[in-house]
Amino acid sequence: MEVNSISFIFFNAFLANNFVLALFLGLCPFLGVSGKLETAVPMGLATTFVMLVSSVCAYAINQVLVTFDIEYLRLISYIAVIASAVQLVEMAMKKLSPALFRALGIFLPLITTNCAILGLALFQTFKEYNFIQSVVYALGAGAGFILAIVLMAGLRERLELAKLPSVTQGAALSLILGGVLSLAFMGFAGLGA
Amino acid sequence: MSLLKQDDRITAETFLEGIWRDNPVFVMLLGMCPVLAVTNSAVNALAMGVATTFVLLASSVLVSLFRKLIPKEVRIATYIVIIATFVTIVDYVIQAISLDLYNALGAFIQLIVANCMILGRAESFASRNTPMKSVVNGLGMGLGFTLALLCLGVVREILGNGSLFGLPLFGDGFQPWIVMVLPPGGFIVLGGWLLFFEWLKVRKQELSGDEEAVHGS
Repeated sequence: MEVNSISFIFFNAFLANNFVLALFLGLCPFLGVSGKLETAVPMGLATTFVMLVSSVCAYAINQVLVTFDIEYLRLISYIAVIASAVQLVEMAMKKLSPALFRALGIFLPLITTNCAILGLALFQTFKEYNFIQSVVYALGAGAGFILAIVLMAGLRERLELAKLPSVTQGAALSLILGGVLSLAFMGFAGLGA
Repeated sequence: MSLLKQDDRITAETFLEGIWRDNPVFVMLLGMCPVLAVTNSAVNALAMGVATTFVLLASSVLVSLFRKLIPKEVRIATYIVIIATFVTIVDYVIQAISLDLYNALGAFIQLIVANCMILGRAESFASRNTPMKSVVNGLGMGLGFTLALLCLGVVREILGNGSLFGLPLFGDGFQPWIVMVLPPGGFIVLGGWLLFFEWLKVRKQELSGDEEAVHGS
């Protein structure tokens, strides 16, 4: 496959360089919201949407910054765009589904500090993707995030029924589970760049 | 007035809570991304810890100084912009000091912006306390964060590379556990540390429980 072909970019972000399990981005929601499937799925979708919006905006902003030769403002402008995109999603969700809005709670505004989104914007700039490539990259990263968080939520739901020593309850076991998942995802490494 | 003064006092607790009781990594599980991503060697872990501590300190001071001027509605956006400014500074400074280090840490220097520990401190501590107190607390938190990163970096480098701070520890016969420097190693080592601390806590509770039982009888 061509390194910059559309399908390569998608599967690279989706599986081989999965944002959560291989690049360690977006771990806070991955560990925080993966307790139940009902909240994991909407969280994944909301994150994907913010990724898409911020990827498009970041592409546009970068064009402007490069034109005026002020790349040192990149970080500040990216994070400002992401914060506003999150605000947008928050307002939309509050209007469309108040129940979901309450269920996600503090983790919704925290999408702003989800490094997967800022990471996505930065990586697409480093890799010098064009507009379509950026959008595909965002979709792949979002799909990868949903995959990881849903897998984790499924595993944790099953774990609740298991008999475990009291010491292992809580975050420690989630992390070790994450490690096992990450090991499994290393099998896709051959697909990536 | 006297009550307010009491609140402004800086105690050992202000400094120490970040290192042990409220350790950002081991207890609060904040800022996990850099914790797992850059701790594949002790040097990287130390550099990341120092960079994060600097951003935390500088942004704490600024947030604390302006805490009465920032309108409540836009406070998060303001904090983020303050943090992003200092991260940009750190980014260029590291690039100037050591290009090797800069390449090893990669995008994770810029991603300090999205470290929820720093925003969390700005929101829950610096915006409510005097600059002096915020600095002391930030220093403790930063030190706690750096120590936690080192805990991971040291274990992963020793097991995964057979060295510490780049110096080989074992003879040629040592077979490195490559998986430890790869992504799964990060998850597993941190999980192991958390298990260890949980075990310590349970043990301590059992011990104090025994003592109470002895005193009770």
